[in-house]
Amino acid sequence: MGMAAVPAITMLPRASFAQAPATSAVNTTGLAVTDTEVTVGILHSATGTMAISETGSIQAEKLAIEQINAAGGVLGRKIKFIQEDGASDWPTFAEKAKKLLVNDKVAAIMGCWTSASRKAVLPVVEQYNGMLYYPTFYEGLEQSKNVIYTGQEATQQILAGLNWIAKEKGAKSFFFIGSDYIWPRTSNKIARKHVENVLKGKVVGEEYYALGSTQFNSVINKIKLTKPDVIFTDVVGGSNVAFYKQLKAAGVDLAKQPLLTISVTEDEIDGIGGENIAGAYACMKYFQSLDNANNKAFVSAFKKMWGEKTVIGDVTQAAYLGPWLWKLTVEKAGSFDVDKIAAASPGVEFKGAPEGYVRIHENHHLWSKTRVGRAKLDGQFELIYETADLVEPDPFPKGYQ
Amino acid sequence: MVINSRFFNRSELMGFIALAAVLFVILPLTLDVFRLNLVAKYLTYAFVALGLVLCWGYGGILSLGQGVFFGLGGYCMAMFLKLEASSVENTKIQSTPGIPDFMDWNQITALPLFWQPFHSLTFTILAIILVPGLFALIIGTAMFKRRVGGTYFAIITQAVAAILTILIVGQQGYTGGINGMTDLRTLKGWDIRPDHAKIILYFVEVVLLFACIGIAQFIRLTKLGRILVAMREQEDRVRFSGYSVANFKIFAFCMAAVFAAIGGAMFALNVGFMSPSFVGIVPSIEMVIYTAVGGRMSIFGAIWGAILVNFAKTSLSESFPQLWLFGLGALFIAVVLAFPNGLSGLWADYVQPRIDRLFASRKAKAGWTDNSVADGAPAE
Repeated sequence: MGMAAVPAITMLPRASFAQAPATSAVNTTGLAVTDTEVTVGILHSATGTMAISETGSIQAEKLAIEQINAAGGVLGRKIKFIQEDGASDWPTFAEKAKKLLVNDKVAAIMGCWTSASRKAVLPVVEQYNGMLYYPTFYEGLEQSKNVIYTGQEATQQILAGLNWIAKEKGAKSFFFIGSDYIWPRTSNKIARKHVENVLKGKVVGEEYYALGSTQFNSVINKIKLTKPDVIFTDVVGGSNVAFYKQLKAAGVDLAKQPLLTISVTEDEIDGIGGENIAGAYACMKYFQSLDNANNKAFVSAFKKMWGEKTVIGDVTQAAYLGPWLWKLTVEKAGSFDVDKIAAASPGVEFKGAPEGYVRIHENHHLWSKTRVGRAKLDGQFELIYETADLVEPDPFPKGYQ
Repeated sequence: MVINSRFFNRSELMGFIALAAVLFVILPLTLDVFRLNLVAKYLTYAFVALGLVLCWGYGGILSLGQGVFFGLGGYCMAMFLKLEASSVENTKIQSTPGIPDFMDWNQITALPLFWQPFHSLTFTILAIILVPGLFALIIGTAMFKRRVGGTYFAIITQAVAAILTILIVGQQGYTGGINGMTDLRTLKGWDIRPDHAKIILYFVEVVLLFACIGIAQFIRLTKLGRILVAMREQEDRVRFSGYSVANFKIFAFCMAAVFAAIGGAMFALNVGFMSPSFVGIVPSIEMVIYTAVGGRMSIFGAIWGAILVNFAKTSLSESFPQLWLFGLGALFIAVVLAFPNGLSGLWADYVQPRIDRLFASRKAKAGWTDNSVADGAPAE
C-alpha cells in the first residue's frame, strides 16, 4: 500500500498536496500531526489478567487503522499508532495515558476496557484535553467531553433484553448473579428497577462474587431452590468458565432454564466451551454471526489479518468503531483539534459499522440496536431478536438511579 | 545512647551526596515534568524500601505485607483528597450530591461516620502516621510477644495483605472497591494536578525522603541499631543478655510501617489515585524485590533499587509492550542469583575498594594515618 502511494504522489504532486489541508490549519494545538502523518495511541492491557479480553480490541483497532490508511488516511494523512501496555493495572493506565498525551501528543487514544481503567484514565484525558474512544459496554453514570463511548451503556444493553425475555418466556422471577464491582452492581440495580417497576416481576436473589472467583456451588444450590424464571448474570472474565461448568455439572439444563447474560461474548465462550453454555441467551449489540454485508466484510478482513481461529465479540466490534468514528469526526470538523472534534461528534454516523449503523448522540454515546442471541454448540450466537429501532443511550437514566 | 561521632562514614557520605545531587539537582534539571512526576512515583516506593532496610536488612524481620501500610497511608490521604473533590458543586449530577461518587453509585446516601474526620487535614496527617503505626503495633505485639518469627511471620503478613485487599474490594461503597479512589484534585484548595504543583510535590517528597533517611541512619547508629543487628544474628544471645527482643522487633516493624505509609500518602498526592492494586500480595512482594535488588543492608542501595527497578519497568514496558514482563523477571533472577547483596553489594565489592585504594594511596603520600576508613568504628 505504501508502494502504491509513491508513484501516485510523483505523478500528481500538486493534486495530492491540494487534497491535504495545511497542517497549521488542521492542528492548532500542537498535536502530533505532520503533513503526511497523524499519531494516535492504543492503550490496552497486553499483559496481565485482562490481556485475554483486551487483545481483541487491540486487533480490531489495528485493523481499522490499516483499512483507513489503505483508503487514504485522515485528511490526507496516514495514521501512525503508538501502542502502550496498561498491564491490567489501573494506575499504569493513567500513567500511560498521560505519557501518550503529554509526551507523544497523540491526536486520540483508542483504549481502556474495564471500568476501573477508564475511571483511572478519565481525569487524565480531561486534564490534558485528549480524546478517548472507549469500546466496552459499561455501567453508565458518566459523560465527558473527552470520551466517546462506542459500547453500550447499561440501560441500552439491559432493558430491551429484559422486555424480550419477559414477553417471550413469560418470566416473572429473576435471580441476579454478578462479579463484585461497579459494572455488575449498577447493571443489576437498573435491571432490578426495571423488573420491579416496569415488568412487575420479582427479584428472588442477588449475589456477588469477587473477581476471579471460581466457587459458585452455593449460589447454584440457591438457584435450584428458588427456581427463578430467569437467571440474569453479569459475571466477568475467567469466573465464567467455572460458573457455567458448575451449572452444567449441577444438572441445570439451559435449554429448559432460561439464562440471560450481559457479559458473555464469543471471546468468553472460547474459554467456557460451547457445550457448557449452549442454550443461554446473551444480550448485547453485536454478534459475530450477524448477517449483513458490512459484517461479512469485517469478519473476513479480521480473520485474514489475525488468523482463522480468532473470534469476534461485542467489544471487539465496538473497538473497531473507534478509529472509524474518529476519522469521520475529524473530516466533519475539518480539524484534528480536540475541542473541535468533541463539538463535531454529535450526529456523526458510520454506515459501514459491522453492527449495521451507528450514530453519535449528544451525550457522546452511540445510538445502537440491542440484540439477543442464543449460544450454540460451536461457540457462536444465533440471532433471536433485535430491536426495531436504534436504542437511545441514556447514561443517567431517570427512575433507575 | 551514644551516637557515633560521625553521622555518616565516608562511603555513606558519598552515597548521601550522590543521591542528594541526583534527586535535588540533576533530575529536576534534565527531566520534563511528566518524567519527574514518574520519578516522584518511584520515590514513594523508596520510602517502603527504606523501612524494609531497617526491618528486614537490620532487624532480620521479613515482612511480605508492606503494601498494607503503604495502602493505609495512601487511603488516608486519598480519603481527605476525595472528600475535598466531592464538593456539592462538583457532584451535583449525583442522586446525593456532596458525597464521593463511588458511594453514590453504591446507593449510599450519607457520608459514613468513619469518613467524617477526614474533612480535617490535621487529622489526616496524624492518621497517615498513626493508623498504620498502630496497626503494625497490634500485629507486631500479637506475633513477636508469642515469638512468632521468620517464615511464619512473613506468611502472616501476606495473609494480612490479602485480607485487606478483599476488605477494600468487597466494601466498595465505603472504599471505592476495585476501582479505588480516582479523580483527586485539590489539597486545601490548591490544585495538585498542574505541572508546577507536580514540581512542588516532588521536592516536598524528596525532602521527606531525606528526613526519613536521617531517622533511619540515626536509628542505625544508636545502640538500638546494633541491638537489631545482634538480634538478627543471634536472637537468643540478645534475649539472654536481658533485652526484650520482642519490643525491639515491634519497634523496627512499626518504623517500617510508618515509612511505608508516608510513601503511600505521597503516592496519593503525586499520582492522584489510590487503589487496592497497591495493597495486595503482589505489590508487597514487589516492594521486597526493590529492596533486594538495591541491597537490603544498605539504606542508599535500597533507595536506588526502588528507583532503578521502577525506571526499568516503565522504560521496558514502553519499548516492548508485549514482552517487558519477561525481561523484568529475568533481571530479578539475574540480580538475585548473581549478586545476593544487590546493587549495593556490587558496589561494596568492586567499586568501593578501588575508591578506598585511591584515597589510601593519596593519604599515604600526604603522610596521614587513618585506621577507620571503611567502617564506622564501634563507639562507646
